[in-house]
Amino acid sequence: MVRRLPEYLTIWVPLLLSAAHLVSFSLWTIWISFTPSTLVPVSGWVGLRNYTSVLASRNWQIAFDNLLLFGSAFVLLSLVTGLILAILLDQRIRGENVLRSIFLYPLAVSFVVTGTVWSWLLNPGIGIQKLVHDFGWTSFRFDWLIDRDMAIWTIVIAAIWQSSGFAMALFLAGLRSVDADLIKAAQIDGAGPVRMYRRVILPTLWPITITVIVIQLQFAISTFDLVRALTNGGPGIATQLPALVVYDLMFQRNLLGRGAAAAVLMLLILLSVLLPYAAWQYLQQRRAPHA
Amino acid sequence: MLIYLVVSLVAAAWLVPLIVVVLNSLRSNEEIVQTSMIGWPRQWAFGNYLTAWSDFCVAQTCVGIRPYMLNSALVTIPATIFSTLLGAVAGYAVSLWRFRGDNWIYGIVTLGIFLPQQMRLLPWTIVLRDTGLMNTLTGLVLIHTIQGLSFTVLFCRNYYVAIPQELIRAARIDGAGFFRIFWRIILPLSPPILVVTVIWQFTHIWNEFLYGVTFTTGQQQPVTAALIALSAAVADIPHHGVQSAAVMIAALPTLLIYLIGGKYFVRGLTAGAVK
Repeated sequence: MVRRLPEYLTIWVPLLLSAAHLVSFSLWTIWISFTPSTLVPVSGWVGLRNYTSVLASRNWQIAFDNLLLFGSAFVLLSLVTGLILAILLDQRIRGENVLRSIFLYPLAVSFVVTGTVWSWLLNPGIGIQKLVHDFGWTSFRFDWLIDRDMAIWTIVIAAIWQSSGFAMALFLAGLRSVDADLIKAAQIDGAGPVRMYRRVILPTLWPITITVIVIQLQFAISTFDLVRALTNGGPGIATQLPALVVYDLMFQRNLLGRGAAAAVLMLLILLSVLLPYAAWQYLQQRRAPHA
Repeated sequence: MLIYLVVSLVAAAWLVPLIVVVLNSLRSNEEIVQTSMIGWPRQWAFGNYLTAWSDFCVAQTCVGIRPYMLNSALVTIPATIFSTLLGAVAGYAVSLWRFRGDNWIYGIVTLGIFLPQQMRLLPWTIVLRDTGLMNTLTGLVLIHTIQGLSFTVLFCRNYYVAIPQELIRAARIDGAGFFRIFWRIILPLSPPILVVTVIWQFTHIWNEFLYGVTFTTGQQQPVTAALIALSAAVADIPHHGVQSAAVMIAALPTLLIYLIGGKYFVRGLTAGAVK
C-alpha cells in the first residue's frame, strides 16, 4: 500500500484537482449568484434578484440580442463558407496543401491579433474605405465599425475569417471518408457532379454539420477577446456580448453577485445548445452500436 | 479553370490581413497617416520592429513589448509542459491502467472543455488572492496547467485506448509497475499525440487573453493583454507602423509553430470534434 503511494498520488492528484476545481468553482459561482455580493463575496440570500436585474438591464438585453444575431449569422456563414471551400478543395486540385494552410492559418493567431487587424481594415478613417477614397471613389462608404446598427457585422466578418477554416477542415475530412462504393454506384446510375453532391455525398455530412454548428455556437457564446480588440463593445454598447457583460459586472462595476448571475446565464445558454447535442449523440451511438 | 480562380480569390482575401500587417510593420507612421493602412511601403521602415521590441510605450512604460513576450513565454512554456506531462500520465491511467472510478473522474475532467471561463473567474480570483499568486506569472501557470488538463487528458486518453490492453496485462504479469510501463511502453508510443498536445496547449495558452488581463496588471501582463493596452495608447497618437510590428512579433511564435507543425495542429483541432 505504502509502496504504491507514489502511483496513487500521480494518478489521483492531477485528476482530482481538475475535477474538484470544475465542480467546486461552478457550484461556488452559482452560489454567489444568489447572494448580495458586491465588491467582495458575502453570504446571504437574495433569491433570483441578481438574475432579474441582469435580465432587466439594457446591457444584457443588447448583449443577448447581439448573441442571437452574431451566433446565427456567424455559424451559418462560416458553415457555408467552410463547406464550399471543402467541396472546391475536394476536386483533386493542385496546391491543395498550400490552400488548406492559407484557410487555416487564422486559427493559429489570437483573437486579440485578429480583432486588432480587422479594426484597422474596417476603420473608415484608415482602412478599406480610406483606400477606396484615395483611389478617387470618394462617395464610397464602408463604416460599419462606427455604425451602431451594423457594427455587430464587423465581429461576424472577423469571426468568419478566423474560423471558417475549421469548418472546412472537418467537412473535408468528411468528404474524404465518403464510401467509394456509394460514389461508384451513383456514377453507374449516371449521376452528374451536381446531383452526386446533392443526393449522395452531402447527406452523409449531416453528423459533421451538426458537430461544426455546435462547436461554432460554443465559440460564439463565449466570444470575448475578439470584441475587446475589435470594437470593445462599441460604439456605445452596440456590440456588447454576454461575456463582456460578465466581465463588466465582475471587475469594472464590482457587482460580483450580478456578474455571477450573468455567468450562470451564459452557462445556461451554452447548455441549451450542448444538452440537445449530447442527447443526439447518445441516440446516434445507440442506433449504431458498432461505430 | 473556374475552380482555381475562385479558390485563389478566396485564398487571396484570407491572406489580406496578414499581408496588410506585414506591409504596415515596414511603413513609417507618417506614411500610414497620409494614406491608409493598406499600401506598399515607399521606404522600408525596418526600425519599427526595433521600436516595437524595446522602446515603444505601453501604459506609461517605454520598454517595448519585449517584457510581455517574455511573460507570455514564461507562462506558456511551463504550463504547456506540465499540462502535457500530467495529461499523458492521467490519460494512460484512465485508458490502460484502469482503476476504480476512472470513467467517472475522466467524464468530469473532460466537462472542463465546455465550462465557460466566466464560471471560473471569481473562484480563481479568490484562489490566487489567498495563495498570494495574484498578479504573478506563477498564478497563470497554475491556472493554465489545471484547466489544460481537460484537453490533454482527452487527447492522450483517446490516443492510448487504441493500444491493446493485453500489452499492459502482459507487462504487469512480468512484474512491471505503473511508472515502468509508462516509461518503457507508453512513452515510446506517444510522440505523435504529445506533439499534437504540445502544439494545442502552446497555441491556446499563448493566445489566451481573459485570464491574463484579469489576473495580471502592468509589467506582469502577457503579450495579448499588452497588445490591447497598446491599442488604447495608439488611439491617442497613431503609431500604426510600430503597432503592426508589435502585432507581428506577438503572433509570430504561434504562426511559426503552425507553419512547422501544421499537420499536428489540424489533428488537434479535429481530435476534439471527431471523437
